[in-house]
Amino acid sequence: MDVNREITRENYKAYVFEKMPKSSHWKNMFWAFLIGGIICAIGQGFIELYSLWFNLQDASILASGTLVFIAAMLTGFGVYDCIGRFAGAGSTIPITGFSNAVVSPALEFRVEGYVYGVGAKMFLVAGPVIVNGVTISVIIALISLIIGG
Amino acid sequence: MDFYKKRTLTFTNSNILEGYTVAGPKENDGRYKGFFDFALEDDMFAQNTFERAERKMFEHAIEGVIAKANLKENDIDTVISGDLLNQIVSASFASRKIHAGFLGIYNACATFVESLILGSAMLNNGLENVVCASGSHFSTAERQYRYPLELGVLRSPVTQWTATGVGATVLSNKSDAKVPKITRATIGRVVDYGIMDTNNMGAAMAPSTMSTLVTFFKDTGTTPEEYDVIYTGDLGKLGSEILRDLMKQEGYDISDRQHDCGGSLYWDEQQTYQGGSGAACTALLFNAVLLGRLRRGEYKKILLAGTGALMSPTTSFQGDSIPAITHLVEVTA
Repeated sequence: MDVNREITRENYKAYVFEKMPKSSHWKNMFWAFLIGGIICAIGQGFIELYSLWFNLQDASILASGTLVFIAAMLTGFGVYDCIGRFAGAGSTIPITGFSNAVVSPALEFRVEGYVYGVGAKMFLVAGPVIVNGVTISVIIALISLIIGG
Repeated sequence: MDFYKKRTLTFTNSNILEGYTVAGPKENDGRYKGFFDFALEDDMFAQNTFERAERKMFEHAIEGVIAKANLKENDIDTVISGDLLNQIVSASFASRKIHAGFLGIYNACATFVESLILGSAMLNNGLENVVCASGSHFSTAERQYRYPLELGVLRSPVTQWTATGVGATVLSNKSDAKVPKITRATIGRVVDYGIMDTNNMGAAMAPSTMSTLVTFFKDTGTTPEEYDVIYTGDLGKLGSEILRDLMKQEGYDISDRQHDCGGSLYWDEQQTYQGGSGAACTALLFNAVLLGRLRRGEYKKILLAGTGALMSPTTSFQGDSIPAITHLVEVTA
């Protein structure tokens, strides 16, 4: 911002926005791509592994389950939040992020008991994802029904 | 400027007898390692919840400061304290163990300076010894204001880190030895410049700090140059820069003497981005660091400004901007 321009209540937000440090998008995208890619590669590895004994559909479901289990374990050991701190969307978007979003509030609110703590707060973070996910998939299904016939 | 009523007070007998601090492990690894009276090795403090740990820190700090000042519990008239949790449970619950009167207060991270002002005012009105305390805990504040601890999220570069710790001060209306005194204070007014981003609390609070500092300098006819240092509460690095810009615009240059309690609490490697925040910052810095420097004569006269962002998660989700307040005390060695 021009140093000679007066900071007023009206332009304060614009002044703050110019002054504040920005997130490094390229750095964030690089880590998200790398970590997200690694998680997906591990998932693909499990699919290949399970394909030795099951058909592809069952192997995919088992691989997802394995990733969810590993992410829940890592959340419990306090590792997943450290990954998420630099991976960002790379560790939030895959199914492991969903696992982390359910397990972390469950751990946090465990001290308030199993009903009002774990039970009530478990979907604190993941709840909106489920609600919006279901709503949007219904809308998309309707659109495809109309357009696709 | 005469659009405000008188908000600056003068005190004659507010002696700062002692200060005591309990700091969390991360805080004791920070820039002021070893300055604190008691440092936790584990932020659970041998309790089964973080809330109980915060409560125990309050109990420990209040008992600690009374003993350190060579007083007994029944010498204390009133404890004035507050914290960041809903219904200020940490301060209130900790006071169950204390026989003195209890005034629970809340002005977010400005609570400590608010308690010093109220304590000094009560000494002027006949009380003998008052304990002022304030503190916060990273894990309880995260739960209340942000996300579960183990949730993996990317933090914005403007965020701060809620400090874990409690600081307590004994104020007395008499002192045999020469001790630092609280000599003047300005009660802040609530200022809101429309900042909505709850990560960026430094920007939300800086205008209120400017308002209080300008009021103080105008009311008392003093200038920043008369003070060795001006410590703000938890504006952080960005908030401090904004404050300096705002003050310059009002005709005061404080760049060479303004420091931030929260901003100076941690090393950069500790990844707190803008530095510390929380009701603990001012209480820890004042009692562990500034009080010692005043006693040793390194500082003759300082200003301590407690800065508080007064939003709650509910108001933020409902789309309201962040009102802020700054209280100021002048401490003379």
